[in-house]
Amino acid sequence: MSTDTIDESRSPAPGPVRSSSGDPILVATDVHRSFGGLRAVSVDHLEVERGSIVALIGPNGAGKTTFFNVLTGFEKADGGTWRFEDHDLSGKPAYYIARAGMVRTFQSARVFPRLSVLDNVRLGAQNQAGERFTKALMKWSWRDQEAELAERARELVEWVGLGPKAEDFAGILSGGQRKLLELARAVMAAPRLLMLDEPMAGVNPALRQALLEKISELPGEGITVLFVEHDMDVVSAAADRVVCMAEGQIIASGTPSEVAANEHVIEAYLGASSGDLRDTRTGADSSDGEL
Amino acid sequence: MFALSLGSALIDGLRDSIAVVACVSALAGIGLNVQFGFAGLLNFGHIGSALVGAYGAAIVVNQGGPLWVGVIVGVVAAGVLGLLMGLPTLRLRADYLAIATISVAEILRVLANSARLQSVTGGPIGISNVADDFYSINPIPDGRYGWGSFSYNHNTLWAMLVGWSLVALASLFVWGLAHSPWGRLLKAVREDEEATRSLGKNVFAMKLQAFIAGSVIGGIAGIIFTFDGGFVKPDFFIAQTTFNWYLVVILGGAATIIGPTVGAIVYWFVISVFNSLLSQAIGRDGWWFISSTDVGAVRYVLVGVSIALLLVFRPEGLFGNKEEAVIGEH
Ligand SMILES: Nc1ncnc2c1ncn2[C@@H]1O[C@H](COP(=O)(O)OP(=O)(O)OP(=O)(O)O)[C@@H](O)[C@H]1O
Ligand SMILES: [Mg+2]
Repeated sequence: MSTDTIDESRSPAPGPVRSSSGDPILVATDVHRSFGGLRAVSVDHLEVERGSIVALIGPNGAGKTTFFNVLTGFEKADGGTWRFEDHDLSGKPAYYIARAGMVRTFQSARVFPRLSVLDNVRLGAQNQAGERFTKALMKWSWRDQEAELAERARELVEWVGLGPKAEDFAGILSGGQRKLLELARAVMAAPRLLMLDEPMAGVNPALRQALLEKISELPGEGITVLFVEHDMDVVSAAADRVVCMAEGQIIASGTPSEVAANEHVIEAYLGASSGDLRDTRTGADSSDGEL
Repeated sequence: MFALSLGSALIDGLRDSIAVVACVSALAGIGLNVQFGFAGLLNFGHIGSALVGAYGAAIVVNQGGPLWVGVIVGVVAAGVLGLLMGLPTLRLRADYLAIATISVAEILRVLANSARLQSVTGGPIGISNVADDFYSINPIPDGRYGWGSFSYNHNTLWAMLVGWSLVALASLFVWGLAHSPWGRLLKAVREDEEATRSLGKNVFAMKLQAFIAGSVIGGIAGIIFTFDGGFVKPDFFIAQTTFNWYLVVILGGAATIIGPTVGAIVYWFVISVFNSLLSQAIGRDGWWFISSTDVGAVRYVLVGVSIALLLVFRPEGLFGNKEEAVIGEH
């Protein structure tokens, strides 16, 4: 779809998410990625404001996951730059980007199956002295830190409700439980920007509300959140701002109700033959109700 | 039909299971276990580490260098090989890594065998009389020790003592590593590289460290092997030995601490018992289609079958964690 049909008076301007306070934690410019002839990602500009919760929506195949992959170093960009805090992270390797404080989770959760749930979470911690080969055999050099981390890991396992499973192999967890474990592990890394790819996928509806509340707590702990989500109710409830992608581009951004009412967004979802449609329209309806 | 003596076969088995050959396999297995068991790296060229360790030590001693320098050179050479082999290959997918490493090991063997390097490596003949210094520092008084079939002269006893002490040390080393956050991270690399990267961990550095550590232990196995026999030659370092060491690791239980040691003991016990029984059964004249010279080959067939059976019924190996073995990849 082309952006020149936008009626400025009725819908918010597409493109950049401008932060009102002028304190963006992440600024991405001209980020491109193609697969053969397919332009999977073609983002002109995106800013994520520090301390906010931003939702990234868009129909299946819009390029959300690919955009995540590029920003976090899991996929090479064809071009573009992105700055996180004071670091230029364009083209840096994945581990470097995570160390800088930008940590992501995966759409289909990736856990360490033959490690305990607790060990999975412990692995999230940064700057572990004992993870260095030269210190591994000097237990005295990491014993105290390890005890602190164990305590923190235990808290986070409880936080996502996996307490009873703490000692089990992560490989026995269900799909939804794996998403929860992945969230706990990512938070353990104490990121300043947490990028969650569909954190609610496979989590049962009863737990969703609780999980949503937990995610909402994160900015209070100094963690900015950028998350991919299809369910507009969830997006409306949690996000300060919403960015909508379609065919690799950002077609709209603004508050949840603005985006839900945006005709380009509706058109993008109508054009997409998927179950997202229902979610979006429900979301749009409920936002209309709020207005 | 045959007058088989199970008793003497068992004694042969026990003898070999505590001999230096077994502790060489145990050491090599311990090194391989760091790479394959803990880090999930499919190194098919582990014999190359033993070769470099063995030749490193043998060349120094042969050129008149002191024993300790030879040992250090062997160990460092194995570490450097781990580094050089790991740097270009550890980014490869598992199957390519396997092919690249087996090639490196074969190249090393061919180099050791080549006539051009004969002045240094001894070519196909190898280097002999390299163990004099090793036995000259033997503190055990001359004489025979032990009872009956288990009686050893002071030099054999010395080699066994040093060999098994090194097995104990290497096991302790790996135990320490495995129970550290480093060991936990290494298992994470084995389980899911991408997830490990997403947590800010340098997967490549971890693999390289594990690869070098495993290679050094493999090199030590080669050094002990050399000093026990007193000579090295290229034929000792055929690719097949690497696969025997895989057997040792998997048999005992990959990613366990005592697995490779138990695996090596059991492996040599089984090999030797079969060897003994087959030799007795066949006698000098051969039996059916097996001649007496085939015994060496046939015993490997039997060992293969019995190990296959073991792994069918106990896929986690003798000491592996059953629960861990059945947890699938996601
Ligand atoms: N490695 C790849 N090779 C080729 N095409 C790819 C690759 N990865 C993604 N694509 C394509 O890029 C487009 C964007 O995919 P992406 O996974 O980013 O979508 P998404 O917005 O995350 O969708 P969903 O909501 O279904 O998760 C899709 O058309 C997909 O087929
Ligand atoms: Mg996706």
